Amino acid sequence: MSAFSDLFQALDATTKTSAKLAALGQYFQTATPEDRLWCIAVLSGRRPKRVLSSTLLRRWAAEAAGIPEWLFEECYANVGDLAETIALLLPPAAQTRPLYLAPTIADLRAMAQLDDAARKAHVLAQWAQLDTTGRLVFNKLLTGGFRMGVSQKLMTRALAQATGQPQPDLAHRLMGNWHPDTSDWHSLIMAQNPTADSSRPYPFCLAHGLDSPPQDLGDAHDWRAEWKWDGIRAQLLLRDGQVFLWSRGEELITDRFPEFAGLSIAGGNTVLDGELVVWGSDGLPQPFQALQKRIGRKTVPKALLASAPARLLAYDCLEFGGQDLRALPLAQRRQHLQTALDQLPNPGPVLPPPAVAGAHTWENWASTRQTARAHRAEGLMLKRLSAPYHAGRIRGDWWKWKLDPLSIDAVMIYAQAGHGRRATLYTDFTFAVWDGPTLVPFAKAYSGLTDAEFRQITAWVRKNTQQRFGPVRQVVPELVFEIAFEGIQPSPRHKSGVALRFPRMARWRQDKTAAQADTLAHLNALLAQYG
Amino acid sequence: MTGRGVLTFTDRGIYCPAGDFYIDPWRPVPRALITHAHSDHARWGHGRYLATPRSLAVMRHRLGDITAQIAEYGQVLRIGDADVSFHPAGHVPGSAQIRVCVAGQVWVASGDYKTENDGLSEPFAPLPCHSFITESTFGLPVFRWQPQPRITEQILRWWQGNRAAGKTSVLGAYALGKAQRLLHMLADGPGPILCHAAVENTNASLRAAGVALPQSDVLTPECSAKTHPGALIIAPPGAIEASWTRRFAPTEVALASGWMGLRGIRRRRAMATGFVISDHADWPGLLQATKETGAENIYVTHGYTDIFTRYLNESGHSAQVVPTEFGTDDDDSAGPA
Ligand SMILES: [Zn+2]
Ligand SMILES: [Zn+2]
Repeated sequence: MSAFSDLFQALDATTKTSAKLAALGQYFQTATPEDRLWCIAVLSGRRPKRVLSSTLLRRWAAEAAGIPEWLFEECYANVGDLAETIALLLPPAAQTRPLYLAPTIADLRAMAQLDDAARKAHVLAQWAQLDTTGRLVFNKLLTGGFRMGVSQKLMTRALAQATGQPQPDLAHRLMGNWHPDTSDWHSLIMAQNPTADSSRPYPFCLAHGLDSPPQDLGDAHDWRAEWKWDGIRAQLLLRDGQVFLWSRGEELITDRFPEFAGLSIAGGNTVLDGELVVWGSDGLPQPFQALQKRIGRKTVPKALLASAPARLLAYDCLEFGGQDLRALPLAQRRQHLQTALDQLPNPGPVLPPPAVAGAHTWENWASTRQTARAHRAEGLMLKRLSAPYHAGRIRGDWWKWKLDPLSIDAVMIYAQAGHGRRATLYTDFTFAVWDGPTLVPFAKAYSGLTDAEFRQITAWVRKNTQQRFGPVRQVVPELVFEIAFEGIQPSPRHKSGVALRFPRMARWRQDKTAAQADTLAHLNALLAQYG
Repeated sequence: MTGRGVLTFTDRGIYCPAGDFYIDPWRPVPRALITHAHSDHARWGHGRYLATPRSLAVMRHRLGDITAQIAEYGQVLRIGDADVSFHPAGHVPGSAQIRVCVAGQVWVASGDYKTENDGLSEPFAPLPCHSFITESTFGLPVFRWQPQPRITEQILRWWQGNRAAGKTSVLGAYALGKAQRLLHMLADGPGPILCHAAVENTNASLRAAGVALPQSDVLTPECSAKTHPGALIIAPPGAIEASWTRRFAPTEVALASGWMGLRGIRRRRAMATGFVISDHADWPGLLQATKETGAENIYVTHGYTDIFTRYLNESGHSAQVVPTEFGTDDDDSAGPA
């Protein structure tokens, strides 16, 4: 199996991890090195640049399918995936060939130099040679949206099996800003000593949500409790006189946070793990919303830099003096962290996070956790003092112990079909609370219910539509849902005057009528208390 | 206007004033003409039923002792002032389009139909008419079926692969129509076919009504991977559950439905494998059928009604949407959910 379209089909035709591993493994052994490298790139989010607007693509596809554009849009709304819609609509090809990755990408890039007429001829010619799967893959490469149900972890596992290289080592090799253009299979994956790259971060150690009483974790003295901050998980690399800031989403965000420019440590190359937050004049991290203003900007105006200063709350040290510390227990890594922090400017952009006070007992931590919102935290993190720094999400040593969410009972007023997997169900709802006799919309949510519930609600929506606005249906205000959320903020952009963080449907309150839903006053009370 | 009023649309269903009867009504009526035995079309509680012999065989099994009269294909019956005849719809064995002629005006209610000959159902043939009531379950151009032999090949390859890996194949299919069609398609397959009791009951009714179905074994509590190694089990999707599949472990489960053409729906049903096969017409089939009736007026029910209607109107037909309450109990009609 050396064609990417065959790999795609094999992965698509199974939900079993073992079968996916086998398919990937086979591909990594039979495809050309260029194809393999691009496969890794695509599966780890390093997509080729988008060369076409989706508007053009839709127009050409409708034309090739011989249908009017409105009908194309209806199909898209029902299928939920542009690449798939096009693949299904095109007339069947007379003769087809498999799709190979590297040549296709080279081809797409060559298109960037062409004018629209030539691009169109090019795209049509490709469509004419591919079967439905081939077209789907080609369209996905064209539109840049690629998900194949393969996590980076699964891909790394397959790669480890196919190459015999250790998995954690591969995970590290695949981090950072390598690109198929500037790398090759050998130097990235196989070489004994991969080219030292001072920008390469370590795979993040991730926590699971605590799903049983903390007492089950054993003696509290074996654990460390930290606040769980509501910022961006980040790694700060100070190496060879350079600074690199990586987000957990493996995005290099150094330029967006000039606060960290010019930092260095006398002790040598250092990597710190922590939470990026906006620091308030009250000496506390600010709500996530404040950070959002910063993330979106590639260049930061001076005023924003002053009003929303970014800080890294550093809680772990992964490298110090050029030494990889990840195998050391947390307790020892924290000593190195302290040494590193001592060598950084104070006050400066890197801080030790505000500590969790009190005794090492589950009782103390349980009651401390209840005060998390006052500390601008989401709850606690529990970390085993003897544990190494794992690559990825491994059960057992790191736990998130979050606060129970805030919640409010609201009436559904608009419904919209979901995307992808849920394209034919109504899953995206707008919710409102009462303000006197009127309903004021305040949140959108699309998750939290079971598929069976969504099906039931979909049938209800079809029968209770009052008006349609494109894909959105205004429904009879009748169904009540408990909306859970993590935080609440004033927001002049919203009619209700508030913005919620991570709203979701906690449950469908079939026991309540619309009249029994909560009010805007209720929402404002939550805002006053937690905003 | 031609023939307005031969059939009308009421809150109980399609009604013929000249003959005082309903077609596939969804609330109890004195006289019901039934296009086919799917439970969203053949409901309980009507005074008298009129249907084809094969539909009646299944309906009697499901609805018990009903008062019914047989309509053979092509036979013209005079009901009040209406001439009524039943014609093959190709949907499932015994399914019919119902042609109603009053004072020279011809209306045809298609019920559910498909244009491809599946080798088992009496093949669909278009009926010239003034007004045509069509379904539109798959009335979107993204639905285009592959020829049946291609699907047969795909399923056989899957079954063969499962056998080679020592696994039992479990194929989800609606008990009336799809299941028998699969049985017919896969009769020469590499191993024994077992039918879930719900499927086998329908098989028995149809065999008794003269449908030439291949031999099949019924799935009993005694059956297991030991007694039927490498078997293929046909079961209604709702009946695929841990209790009996465990006896056949390891298994591979797949679903046979037109909706499997959409990846999102396949994934929502947690199906790794889906075979795209439907007992309803695909987009080209719907267009071809409506065109070949030569109908001046087209009434669209059951499915993507708004979209199909708009498309027909823009391509020079005169079409309108008719609200109905079909589509709750046949796995394709039941829709994408
Ligand atoms: Zn039917
Ligand atoms: Zn139906």
